Amino acid sequence: MDQSFLKELAAIAGAEHTLTDRESLAVYGYDSTPELESRPGAVVLPATTGEVARIMALCHGAGVAVTPRGSGTNLSGGSISFSGGVVLQTSRLNRILEIDEENLTATVETGVITSTLHKEVEARGLFYPPDPGSMNISTMGGNVAENSGGLRGLKYGVTSDYVMGLSTVLPDGDLLKSGGKAVKNVAGYNLNDLLVSSEGTLGIFTEVMVRLIPKPVAKKTMLVHFPELEQAALTVSRIIAARIIPATLEFLDRVTIRCVEDYARVGLPLDVEAVLLIEVDGHPAVVEEDAAAIRAICEKHRCSFFQTAGSNDEALKLATARRVALSALARFKPTTILEDATVPRSCIAPMVKFIQETAKKYGLLIGTFGHAGDGNLHPTCLTDERNRDEIARAHAAFEEIFDAAIAMGGTITGEHGVGVAKKKYLPKLVGESGLKVMRGIKSAFDPKGILNPGKVI
Amino acid sequence: MDYEKLINCMRCGMCLPHCPTYRETFLETASPRGRVALVRKFQEGELSVSDRFLEYLSLCLDCQACASACPCGVNAGELVAEFRCEKKDGEGLSFMEDLVLRRLVPHPDRLESSMVPMRLYQRSGLQRVVRKLGILKMFPAPLERMEGLLPQLPGKPLRRTLQEVTPAKGEERGTVGFFLGCVMSLIFSEASFATVQLLSALGYRVVTPKEQKCCGAPNMLAADRQGLEAAARFNTELFAGYELASIVTDCGGCGAELKKYGHHLHGDPAALEFSGKVRDISQLLDANAERLAPLLKPMDIAVTYHDPCHIAHCQGIRQEPRRLMQLIPGLDYREMNEADACCGSAGTYNIERPEMSDKVLGRKVANIRKTGARYLVTGNPGCLLQLKKALAEGNEPVRVIHLTELLLWSMNGTAPAP
Repeated sequence: MDQSFLKELAAIAGAEHTLTDRESLAVYGYDSTPELESRPGAVVLPATTGEVARIMALCHGAGVAVTPRGSGTNLSGGSISFSGGVVLQTSRLNRILEIDEENLTATVETGVITSTLHKEVEARGLFYPPDPGSMNISTMGGNVAENSGGLRGLKYGVTSDYVMGLSTVLPDGDLLKSGGKAVKNVAGYNLNDLLVSSEGTLGIFTEVMVRLIPKPVAKKTMLVHFPELEQAALTVSRIIAARIIPATLEFLDRVTIRCVEDYARVGLPLDVEAVLLIEVDGHPAVVEEDAAAIRAICEKHRCSFFQTAGSNDEALKLATARRVALSALARFKPTTILEDATVPRSCIAPMVKFIQETAKKYGLLIGTFGHAGDGNLHPTCLTDERNRDEIARAHAAFEEIFDAAIAMGGTITGEHGVGVAKKKYLPKLVGESGLKVMRGIKSAFDPKGILNPGKVI
Repeated sequence: MDYEKLINCMRCGMCLPHCPTYRETFLETASPRGRVALVRKFQEGELSVSDRFLEYLSLCLDCQACASACPCGVNAGELVAEFRCEKKDGEGLSFMEDLVLRRLVPHPDRLESSMVPMRLYQRSGLQRVVRKLGILKMFPAPLERMEGLLPQLPGKPLRRTLQEVTPAKGEERGTVGFFLGCVMSLIFSEASFATVQLLSALGYRVVTPKEQKCCGAPNMLAADRQGLEAAARFNTELFAGYELASIVTDCGGCGAELKKYGHHLHGDPAALEFSGKVRDISQLLDANAERLAPLLKPMDIAVTYHDPCHIAHCQGIRQEPRRLMQLIPGLDYREMNEADACCGSAGTYNIERPEMSDKVLGRKVANIRKTGARYLVTGNPGCLLQLKKALAEGNEPVRVIHLTELLLWSMNGTAPAP
């Protein structure tokens, strides 16, 4: 990179927060996406909105590409700079600015870690529901950029359901403020919704205001085994049809169950086809009623085992199998390809079946677990990046799985984003008119195309 | 270096929030994921070992909090330590390293004699004068830090005063070996004496072999594999000469190292057997909780616990110490935030990397302060040294004690001085 440009960059964020050494650039070339890597030209860690604005103005003037990054846990290559540009890491923007208990909002800088916000608001009896798997390290800015979901999505929705306001630095360095504390706000286009899930291609978020809700008073956790996959899937549909919306309704398939048992020995029988982890929360009386109704439904669908946790500790124990699912799978082989094909929840059984058949067809080991309640599955291929033939088969299998998800009325990504990893599948899903509108939006925000180029569209 | 171990890292980033140096810097190079990537890129020929490369790796505290957090079972801390060991194998030891690691540490007598001037220095009042006049400011900074860490030394090292065999009180339930760590013996002899008394009260005959040598942890730290293996071989043979049900230590650092002797000696059966018998004192006491509980008298004090890395992360012991403290009737136990985060002591890290060590320590002290507890309990001499000094300097009204001291106070019904 041009030396005088780097000097100006360092003048903004400080020399110790501007990295250009070989070693740093090498380790900022990846995020959590398997197989993708590309070295940036520089890394910068600004501490204020003002610094972000000055960095963007500088890069805009110099025509240098900028890729925003939080903690680098993206699963679609979104936080990797493929153009040798600047990686802008937001971690130092890490203050919780306000928790407004009258308006039930929290305003934070976007480098704040999701679970840090959880702890702060829960200490006040409030609740911020989005809980992506990486919540202990993911940043709020990253959650907004990817519209992250999580285990509680079924009942409580995803990040976009909570974003009320954003401060966004635009590609030319201008600051855009959208939304606010007013619950009803129809002035102009809804820019918040446009910016959520923009994957760092429209602007860099520096502050986000989110909606909070009261923390549920009671909860009950249940673990259920099913000898038949279809019956487990039917149970999911019947629970919803009975007008019960559990906070959590998670699913593990046979391969995952075996890996979990192998790794954690939690006492799962190896002859079951599916395990459901169900959690209901809310008013204590309603929680009791819902749990009883769920038990009846599970028994009707021939569950072989049903356990309710009596205490918090027991609940944690029951949730172990689901909690360690990814660890158990990841330990099996060196490379783990975690996908997030998502279908309408009525299609869970055919989708899981299809994934299992596709794995067999390509001679692959794929474990599927995930958020059965909202149809968001995580087919996880266990492989070894050194085995190029197997990797190629894995990609072919996932292509078929994405096609099937689209055919069932689902989507190629429920919560990981398009980034570069899913870019080639996007046209199949949104069509030419969808792409045209997205390109128009992109050029309205970023006519020079310097912000996270090569991503999404 | 096993390449397989490196590629098992799937770069999920789950280790990042647990890494003390990442939390302070937010830099990928200062994170476990980044360190594994650096070593991997060296192995793949993409990076060479430059000064900066080693500088990045040496920022690692080797607290192994990353290993506890890793979903794939990668131990980044250990990988970095191993890598540094391999580099070192080619270079040999420096003059000072040779002096300390080969000529001093493996010889308890010499080690103890080397402390005599320090004891004299403290007793004579010279320490007060030196500190008051700020004379140490004229010497290199590490010397001043080392001097500052040293608390009041006991009259004599415990190794000198403790009988080789301490008989069981009441009916004998078995014989255990006691591995008496160097720093425990030299500086925290009171705590180790409490350990022996507790074991004896529970009906154990305690054998403390006089000739035992340093566990080898300082060698590991200085990447001196030869010294480490010599220590492992010596202690394995020595303890094999006694009929022991288990080998107990009250030093987290020693315990973690002793449990790895089998690994260090490449699966040698005697070393594996030795390692298999090693128990942290909290494990053995917890296994005897039913018989310990009736011996404990009430204590009306507020206590919090700091997990030493070598106990929580390296040995996976978390619940045992907490259960033991809560056996004491009336005790007000308060869990602190980030209890299992490193205190910044990390072997000699607090002397070699004072700036980062102080940041990590500052966070720990703030978390201790928030509990309002008057007693901080822990189980490793490095943490005891580091936290005693920090809390005294900050004028915090918190007393730092070893778990066995607390339990012995409760057993004897002696109210601790405020």
